[in-house]
This record gives sequence, C-alpha cells and structure tokens, in this order.
Amino acid sequence: MSTSSTTHLALALDGTGWHPGSWRDPSARADELFTARYWTDLVLLAERGTLDLVTIEDGLALQADDGLHHDPRTDRVRGRLDAVHVANHVGALTSRIGLVPLAITTHTEPFHISKAIATLDYVTSGRAGVQVRIGGRRDESAHFGRRELGDWSDLDADGQRSFANALFDETDDYVEVLRRLWDSWEDNAEIRDAATGRFVDRDRLHYIDFEGEHFSVRGPSITPRPPQGQPVVAALGHDERPWQLIGTSADVGFVTPKDDAAEALPTIRAAQQRAGREDDVRVLGDVLVVLDEDATRAAERLAHLNDLAGSPLESDALIYVGGVPGLADLIESWSAAGLSGARLRPAVNTVDLPHIVDGLVPELRRRGLFRSAYDGRTLRDHLGLARPANRYAA
Amino acid sequence: MSKPTKQIHLAAHFPGVNNTTVWSDPQSGSHIGFASFKEFAQTAERGKLDFLFLAEGLRLREQRGQIYDLDVVGRPDTFAILSALSAVTDRLGLAGTINSTFNEPYDVARQFASLDHLSGGRAAWNVVTSWDAFTGENFRRGGYLPADQRYERARLFLETTLELLDSWRDDDVVADAESGQFLARPDAGEFARHDSQFDIHGRFNVPRSPQGRPVIFQAGDSDEGRGFAAAQADAIFSRHSEYDAGRTFYADVKSRLAKFGRSRDDLLILPAATFVIGDTDADAEERAAVVRRQQVSGATAINFLEQVWNRDLSAYDPEGPLPDVDPDTGEHTIARGRASVRRHEDPIELARTWRERAQAEGLSIRDLVIEVSGRHSFVGSARTIADAIDRHVQDDASDGFILVPHITPGGLGGFVDEVVPLLQEKGVFRTDYTGATLRENLGLPTLSDDEGAARAS
Ligand SMILES: Cc1cc2nc3c(=O)[nH]c(=O)nc-3n(C[C@H](O)[C@H](O)[C@H](O)COP(=O)(O)O)c2cc1C
Repeated sequence: MSTSSTTHLALALDGTGWHPGSWRDPSARADELFTARYWTDLVLLAERGTLDLVTIEDGLALQADDGLHHDPRTDRVRGRLDAVHVANHVGALTSRIGLVPLAITTHTEPFHISKAIATLDYVTSGRAGVQVRIGGRRDESAHFGRRELGDWSDLDADGQRSFANALFDETDDYVEVLRRLWDSWEDNAEIRDAATGRFVDRDRLHYIDFEGEHFSVRGPSITPRPPQGQPVVAALGHDERPWQLIGTSADVGFVTPKDDAAEALPTIRAAQQRAGREDDVRVLGDVLVVLDEDATRAAERLAHLNDLAGSPLESDALIYVGGVPGLADLIESWSAAGLSGARLRPAVNTVDLPHIVDGLVPELRRRGLFRSAYDGRTLRDHLGLARPANRYAA
Repeated sequence: MSKPTKQIHLAAHFPGVNNTTVWSDPQSGSHIGFASFKEFAQTAERGKLDFLFLAEGLRLREQRGQIYDLDVVGRPDTFAILSALSAVTDRLGLAGTINSTFNEPYDVARQFASLDHLSGGRAAWNVVTSWDAFTGENFRRGGYLPADQRYERARLFLETTLELLDSWRDDDVVADAESGQFLARPDAGEFARHDSQFDIHGRFNVPRSPQGRPVIFQAGDSDEGRGFAAAQADAIFSRHSEYDAGRTFYADVKSRLAKFGRSRDDLLILPAATFVIGDTDADAEERAAVVRRQQVSGATAINFLEQVWNRDLSAYDPEGPLPDVDPDTGEHTIARGRASVRRHEDPIELARTWRERAQAEGLSIRDLVIEVSGRHSFVGSARTIADAIDRHVQDDASDGFILVPHITPGGLGGFVDEVVPLLQEKGVFRTDYTGATLRENLGLPTLSDDEGAARAS
C-alpha cells in the first residue's frame, strides 16, 4: 500500500469551531455541544470525506481566552465533555475514520490512559490514537492539588522554556509508559488452553518496570494488546522542545508552519534518529480555515465572525481565509516541502467542515493528492504506518 | 395492612475475571472484543434490565508471585467501554466500578459527567476503596493508604466529586446566540475543597449532566462499608444473595438509613446472583453440577485452598485428601490483587472444619472446594427461578439482583427470554422502561441542583 505518497488530512474538533465567535453562527448547534448527537454527526461527515482522523480537544480547566488563566467571560463557549469518552461513543457509531482524543499528561495516570486508548482501539477495531499534551496552567494543577506548578506569567522567556521543558520530559516518559503497557501483553497471550486450564500464557505477559523522575509503573496492563499493537500517538509542537518530543515519541506530529513549511522537520528527524526510531513519523501542518465559495465570501464570513466575537481572530496556526483551490494549493505546497499533509481546524464546524468534505476533498482527489476511498481498515493503515512489533516478544 | 407488592430490580454484570466465568466452554466468547459487550448490553436492554455493571481490577492478580492464569485475565477500561455502550443502547443504565484511591476527583467527576451527558442520564458509579500497595505500583500516587484511611478518602472523594458536579446548575448554559450570552453567570463551576485528603479549588469544566450526578453504588461489606453506603449510596452491590443472609443484611443496612435522615426506599440492596436455568428443576441441578466442575479445576481448587492456607500447596493432589499442615497465619502473601481474598478470621479453625467435613463426606480437595467456594444462587426451571427471585424480593432479602452469567456474552439470553417474561406476568417486573434516566428507572428520588448542592455540603 502506497498511502505514504498521498496527502493525509486530519480534522481538529474543538467546541463549535476554532473561531471564538463560531458558537453564535446560526448553524452552530451551540446548545447541542454537550450531546452525543452533535459529535457523532460531525465525525460521520468527516468519515464521508475519507479523512484520516479526527482529533478532539480537551483540557483539565475551563477554556480561557488567553489559553492560560481562567477568565470570567460569559460570552464564549465554556465547558466540554471528556474527549476520550466522546471518542469511544463516536467510535461505536463509525467504521473507518481514526479517532484521536487529547489527553493531558501532566495530571493524569498513564496506566488509566493506556487502557482507555487500548479500549478505544478495541471499540473501533484499530482506529484509535491519542494526542498527548502538557498541562501547564496553574488552575489545572489547583484542580488536582498534587503538584505546585508555577505560573507562566511570573516567568521570563527562559523560565517559561525550562518550565515547559520539564513537562515535556515527563511527557516523553508518559508516552514510553503507554507504549510499554500496550506491549506488555504479547498478541497471542490469551491461549484458552483447556487441557492445562490456563487462560493466558503468563510467559507472554510482561512487567514493564518503568522508573522515571515523576512516576514509576510496574505493569502489565490489565487490557490486552490492542488491535493496532500500538494505537497512534500524536502531539502538537510549536517549538524546538515539542518538535523533539514528536521525533522521539509520536507517530504523528502537528506543527504550525507560517512562512517556512519545513521549519520543524530537521529537528523532528534528528530527534527521531537520536532515539533510534526507524518508524515513520507523519508531520501534518495545522491550518485554521475559513473556507467558502470564493475569497470574498470567506473574508465576509471572517469579518462577521470577528464582529460576533468582538475581536479579530488570532491563532497559533496559520489562518487561511479563502476558497477551495487556494487551500488545495497550500496543502500541495506543504507536501512538496516535505510535510505529510494538513490538520484542518474549521473556524465554524457546521460551515467549514461541509466545505472541506464537499469542496476541498474532491479538489485534492482531482489533483491526485488524496484517496478516493479508504483502502485500509486501521488508522495505521490510513497513515501508511506499520503495525509495530512487540518489544517484549521473543 | 398488607405490604404493597415490590417491583423487582434486575441488572446484568458482564462476567469478570474470576472463576464464576466458564471460559473453557465452547460457547464462551471474547471478554475484550467490543462485539461481546454490545451483544451483552443489548440483551440486557431487550430484557428491560435496569443497568449493566462492570467490576474493576487495576493490577493482574498474582499467586505465589506469578500472574494468576487459571481464570479470565484482562478487561477493557471501564469508562471507555461504558461510553462506547452508550452509543448502542438507549435506556440501559451504565454502571462502572471506579476506585477512590488511584484516581482524582476532578478527573472522575468529569468522566462521570461526560458519560451521563453522552448516555442521556444513565451513568452509575460503584465507589470502591481498594487500597493495596500492590495495585498502587501501577500509579503515580503509589498506593499505600492505611486501612482506617481508605473509607475516609472514599467518603471525602465522593463528597468532593459531588461538590464538583453540583458546581454547575441546570440552567448555567444559556447558549443564546442572539444576545451573545453562553454562560448564565461568570462563576459557573466554581468550587473549593480543603480537607484531609484534598486541597483543591477552581472551576469544574463539564456543565451539569441530565442526572446531575451518577447513581451511587457501594460494595464494601464491613461495618464502615455499610455505614458509608447508608450515608451516601443509592444502591448496594452485596454478596448476600442467599435468603437468610440476605434478610439479615437487608435489615441491618436499611435500619441505618434513618440516622442519615433517609427513607428505606432511598437505598436499594442488590446482591450479585448466579443462575442455572434448566427445562426442569432436575435438569437444572444436573447442569449446575457440570458448571461447578467447569468452574473449579484441580489447579483452581489448589489455588483456592492456598488462599486460606497462605502457603504453597502445589505439591498436593487435587483429587486427594486435604493437607494436614495448618495454615500459615503470618502476613498474607500468597495471593495478591484479589478483592475476594478475605482475611479469614481464624484460618486454622476454618482448615480444621474443612478437613473434618472432607473426611466425613469422603471429599477430595476439589470436591471440597466445589462445595465451599460458593454455589449458584438460583438453580431450576425458569418458573422456579422466577418464583424464588420474587420471594426474595417480597420478603426483603433484597430489592432485586445483579445477575452474573457464567458464559460471555450469551449467558444472559436465557434469563431474559425465559425468566423475565414470567416476572412480568406476575406483575413484579416492568414491561418497558418507565423513565429516561437510570435514576428514574430505579425509582430513586430525583435531585434538583439545589438539593444536590445541599446534600453535598
Ligand atoms: C460484591 C462486591 C463486589 C466488589 N467488587 C469490587 C471490584 O470490582 N473492584 C474492587 O476493587 N473492589 C471490589 N469490591 C471491594 C469493595 O469495594 C471493598 O473495597 C472491599 O470489600 C473492602 O471493603 P470492606 O472491608 O468494607 O468489605 C467488591 C466488594 C463486594 C462486596
């Protein structure tokens, strides 16, 4: 299968969309944000577009306009459902698309997340992934009360960097634990040998004995090795240290190119090599899209959304405002520069996702850049990633 | 004045990792594959059962320092599987066992709130307190909590979780696109909790769910466990499925409610129950005997005995007589990670009685273990079982049962197709779901957001 030569498309879901005014769009279904139906409908639509995967944002604090400190605003979407739960619910109702919920590594237990994602892989017959993210907000740590974290705003740039780096170091460990736990059962450990009365062959179960600076985990998992062997691990990176994390620990990296599409690649590849990883790492560029029939309509929409939000749209990622051909050009140029594809962040889910599925996808297919149907079953298949061998198997 | 006829509550326990499950039977399917869970849940819903129940284990069990391999090993993540099941069922309650030691309230609260939203109000939480350091080796927190602190943490954990869930009011999400108001107030979700276990504050980030809070189950059996249940729980998952023990337990726990200002109907007692259905009672007895032998292999019998003797008995022949050495009364180390390993008050005395009984009745180790390690709660024709269940419930030996079939996932089918209709005929079991939420279907009082907040404080 030569899926690696095609462009990979991911969809990033967060609330009603990535524009803070999105929830006020008449089509946005903001009052349904906390229902199963809302999420199922969106993912089914993305599946109709044969997208590789959907990521679902999450957090352990209420959303904040500055991304860091809780605020008293009542005019923005606040509150969300646990992304792993949403993914499992939707996973039972879809058949092909990959589901990648977000998990915060700083405050959760890798043992719990490992089995939850393994279970998602069982529920979806091999379509599970997880996006790992550090939790650096002070209010997040106050919700757990187990560790004192400083506050970004108290720190200068260097301080912020070393603060984040420590959390990324811990995330490397966290992913290592996830992967060891997924491998802690060999694929054929369940033997059901009636003759000897043994349900499992315990020689094919393995203690993982992870010892790190922040936690240790003994293993084995209580959940057998999932269908993909290892579900797909994803991470978002804006800077050197997270790019290294992508190289050492992830299967899929989301980066945020603005001028130089390939900026992150040397760091990611170098980290990959240092970690002795021969497996591929797919790197997708993030882009927030305000997509419409033509550039004028798109610009009008953005202006209206900005009015609704009371401020102009800002983003860590590139903002694309325009029609389908221009976005297809952008993705094509990113591919040429060495990226594996794009993760699209719709400004308004209910408006931009239909444009993606009915406009962008056919356009990319016409250009021979995107699949016309799913040709594999698992998320690894879609991404052209091999099923990993088990590190513990003899 | 005659007592009104009680309505029976029935639930389905997806068979877990113990020797009630007969995995060696050709009809036994996967314990991990989602298709098994889906079939089991949809069968339960076809029978209008109240809820599906999942137990929990967070470390593979060990015996003699090795992973225990004679029963089913492995299970999926509780929350993940329940969220997936919420997509393929409409009315069935979804009850998960989640312990209060290896979790944090903020995370657990948002997971139950999410499950309740996704299922339209069908979430339930069986709060368990397992605390051993053995399990703790899988977690950041580590694990040792002295015995006298585990219910303290459980109590505070539950209170804290409910406080988080009650930090949002029913009408806090306005989502009025016209006016631009999403939240009704700037402090929705605000909470603060400072006690011996938790020192946390901030804003909870999942808006109030259909039930407001999950239905609360408790399973502990000790005096503290019963007190905890009487104060806090909506239902107890008990071991006492037998008539006399059931009545005693029922009377004890229900009598504790008044002290907490609660009525007898506020807490349901639901023992676990196994069953074997036959065409006739005799046929069922025969089948039950076969199932018991399937459940207790020679090796299983030796392992069972080791848990009482607390020593290696692998040299003994399961078809031979009981060991004449006495149990080791030192620290219990032979088996780890089992909720079912009870500290036997006096293992030496227990061993003596078992030896005497085996000798008197000519029982081998395996025979003896089959006799003492539990029996099926209900054996008989569908009619016999329906009558027995009804009698238990009408006589206050329980309010219903949590059924544990020994075959996965098909073992519930016979009960649903044969016993449930008879109970419906008797007018003691619903013919359709009466409410949308689990709380309604269980006939529990609904809590408004104000009452919820008042009760949490
Ligand atoms: C019927 C029943 C089922 C239980 N199921 C579980 C379980 O699935 N997981 C678990 O960790 N503990 C389980 N427990 C253990 C209890 O939650 C509790 O921790 C244990 O019984 C010790 O408390 P106690 O001394 O009050 O009985 C169960 C207990 C009972 C009686």
